Amino acid sequence: MFGYYVQLGVRSLKRNPWLTALMVMAIGFGVAASMITYSVFRAVSGNPIPEKSERLHVPQLDNWGPQHARSLGEPPEALTYTDSTALWKAHQAKMQTIFYEVTLSVIPEHGGGSLPFNASGYAATGDFFRMFDVPFLYGSGWNQADDEGHADVAVIGRSLNERLFQGANSVGREINMRGHSYRIVGVTDRWDPKPRYFDLFSMFTVNGMGDASEIYIPFSKAIDLKIDTGGRNSCGGASSLNAGWDGWLRGECVWISMWVQLDTPAETEHYHEYLRNYAAQMQQSGRFAWAPNIRLRNVTEWLDYEKVVPPESRISLIVALGFFAICLINTIGLLLAKFMRRAAEIGVRRALGASRREVYLQFLIEASTVGLAGGVLGVLLTTIGMFGVGLIFEPQIAKLAHLDASLVLLTIVVAMAATVLAAFYPTWKAAQVQPAWQLKSN
Amino acid sequence: MMLQIKPILSALRRHKAGAVLIALQTALTLAIVCNALFIIQQRVAHLSAPSGIDEANLLVIENNWASKLSKDDADAQQRADLIALRQLPGVHNAIASNSYPMRGGGWDQFITLTPDQTTAIGDPAVYLGDEHFLDTLGIKLIAGRNFRPDEIHPIANRENVMPPVTIVTKALADKLFPDGSALGKSIYAMSSTPTVIVGIVDVLQTQSLENWQMRNAYQSLIWPMRQVGDAYYILRAEPGQLAAVRQAAVKALYAQNRMRIINDDGVLDYAQIRQQAYDSDHGMAVLMGIICVVLLAITAAGIVGLTSFWVGQRRKQIGVRRALGATKRDILSYFLTENLLIGIAGVVIGACLAIGMNLWMVSHFEMARLSLTYVLAGIVLLLLLGQGAVLAPAVRASRVSPVEATRSV
Repeated sequence: MFGYYVQLGVRSLKRNPWLTALMVMAIGFGVAASMITYSVFRAVSGNPIPEKSERLHVPQLDNWGPQHARSLGEPPEALTYTDSTALWKAHQAKMQTIFYEVTLSVIPEHGGGSLPFNASGYAATGDFFRMFDVPFLYGSGWNQADDEGHADVAVIGRSLNERLFQGANSVGREINMRGHSYRIVGVTDRWDPKPRYFDLFSMFTVNGMGDASEIYIPFSKAIDLKIDTGGRNSCGGASSLNAGWDGWLRGECVWISMWVQLDTPAETEHYHEYLRNYAAQMQQSGRFAWAPNIRLRNVTEWLDYEKVVPPESRISLIVALGFFAICLINTIGLLLAKFMRRAAEIGVRRALGASRREVYLQFLIEASTVGLAGGVLGVLLTTIGMFGVGLIFEPQIAKLAHLDASLVLLTIVVAMAATVLAAFYPTWKAAQVQPAWQLKSN
Repeated sequence: MMLQIKPILSALRRHKAGAVLIALQTALTLAIVCNALFIIQQRVAHLSAPSGIDEANLLVIENNWASKLSKDDADAQQRADLIALRQLPGVHNAIASNSYPMRGGGWDQFITLTPDQTTAIGDPAVYLGDEHFLDTLGIKLIAGRNFRPDEIHPIANRENVMPPVTIVTKALADKLFPDGSALGKSIYAMSSTPTVIVGIVDVLQTQSLENWQMRNAYQSLIWPMRQVGDAYYILRAEPGQLAAVRQAAVKALYAQNRMRIINDDGVLDYAQIRQQAYDSDHGMAVLMGIICVVLLAITAAGIVGLTSFWVGQRRKQIGVRRALGATKRDILSYFLTENLLIGIAGVVIGACLAIGMNLWMVSHFEMARLSLTYVLAGIVLLLLLGQGAVLAPAVRASRVSPVEATRSV
């Protein structure tokens, strides 16, 4: 019976190709617009570290005071040198890391012809690699002793390793960056979480999207070498009169990110308490003239607070969904017109013994063939639309949106489900047809 | 025409579903089209905001030194670079700065009017530049004077020297001194050292174009300093010479000293800078445009489809009316009026939806309030669209011959 209904459906669709084409196009366009914007939304709103997003936390504390706050009552998004090093040295969490973005010139040793080039990455403390699950190709990160000993060690990324050492195991080799020599202790595999949740403070990573980092050096060493931040430095209007490097370190400008790993609610509670006490101490010592104002956000809360999902993505998703809704209303109307035109046919079928159920089945199947065709058109349009994503979003975001098997399946399923849903009312109307009345008027 | 409304309403009651669907579709389309058009207007206004500089002839080169240089070395190298750049054929002028307009972000500085004030009056973008800055960027000085060469100091990164003089934009001057008396007044950059405003320039776009900065749009100031070390070289070419200068400049810099880093994406003209800065604005405008067009087409097609069905369904009634003396024009106006009534119901709901949708976006995305002109324009557009869409089926209906009345379907 099912096959027969499909046949009937196809025949009926062929009878008014214009109307059918209209419905298929409405569904195709609607579902494609939704899928394209959804694929971008999915890319930017994904959880970059699902297994740890509840455990990694960003400590924040207000060192500027209420009148300098950029956003009402919120502490700055990063820490000063003074606070970050104090919190790090206190070791109140099982793991903690402080870091800032650096851009260093890499001076290739061999091959006299090659020019120096820039590489970006982080000056960090050793827990960085374990906390953020950085995958290693060779070697590993450095340990706390290296941090405390201000060791000349470095971790480099896979593509830098390919550029400098043709991909060979370079652990133990030397690398010259900005005139200083470091011993390579590890080579990371490709690692580029999107969004780059741990470094949202930085300025030129658009919504946490940017090129993968290539170099990592110990925080303590970077400070020794007076390596300036390659990222953002925000003084929030706080007095920045302390001129020079040392003045900057002692000052109230924030430029260092900090993360702590807290595995249990008890640990989180403890750290929260510790942070509050630290701020209270600062108040007692006279550095802060205000009550402790602290935050301890986990990854999910942090992404939300930093508004990682660009408003463009949300707005276009909402508009596309509205668009799809209109297409579906359109489809309801057209299906209604189409089904009701066949009132006479329905009357005959019902008179010959077809139950309402069978009428339902027949028309729903007919509708789902429309949905299927709309879905196929939708996949086609989505594929074309993917090329256009770059027009609308920053290239860093656009390249994240891609068509995969799950999206194709979703497109077709959504198109069919939506069409069948839209067909319920017209089908119900069709099943209400009174056979006697129809036969009589004929 | 008014007389027809009553029979139309009672006829509509017989096919409520279709009428409701068309009204609903019109309403939603109006809501989305109004907001989309408004977004387009906002984005286009944003991206066509003037920068105040001679964009057509400017080139920005990001220069980083490969090794760590002392301040004196970096200063000497930079002076040599600037001399080499200014001597290039086709180069009008060149400077070194910390940033450039529309860069996407950079230094902004809280400003107060007295040293003991703790709440900032302004948050302008800060540009560092020497006496060539105004000429290189092509900015118009409208009051006061330019910097003198003896006022310029080289500064290294993280050095914090309060300059005794500054040049501000008119927008900043008006913000700080609304009575127009800015020239010669002192301001404080969150420090106890005063800085005197010696010049006022017309328009100079800020570095960031984000929402927070747009609240202080065009508020910029120039400090008489040359940033040594890593910096941006800004070159102004003679008209028509930009491409040639682009080729020659990087070569000249490498000839000067090889131990530097100039990335391929570190050499930008203002067409590129503008594109990067306004990428998402441009994209949103295009996306909303496409959505509007497709949406209107689909709504129109839907109205054509449903009305055709009604006409088909009512051939017999039309025939009866014609036989009883209705003219073709009566039939035509019947369907047009019917559509108008449904359309009016739709746009009334739609106008509410449009405003509601906008208010929701205002509270979530820092968007501006929808101006009522857009709602009115949208209403007119959709009513006309409905009338246009219904015209073909209505004409077909008017051609139904009175003979139909006697025929069985």
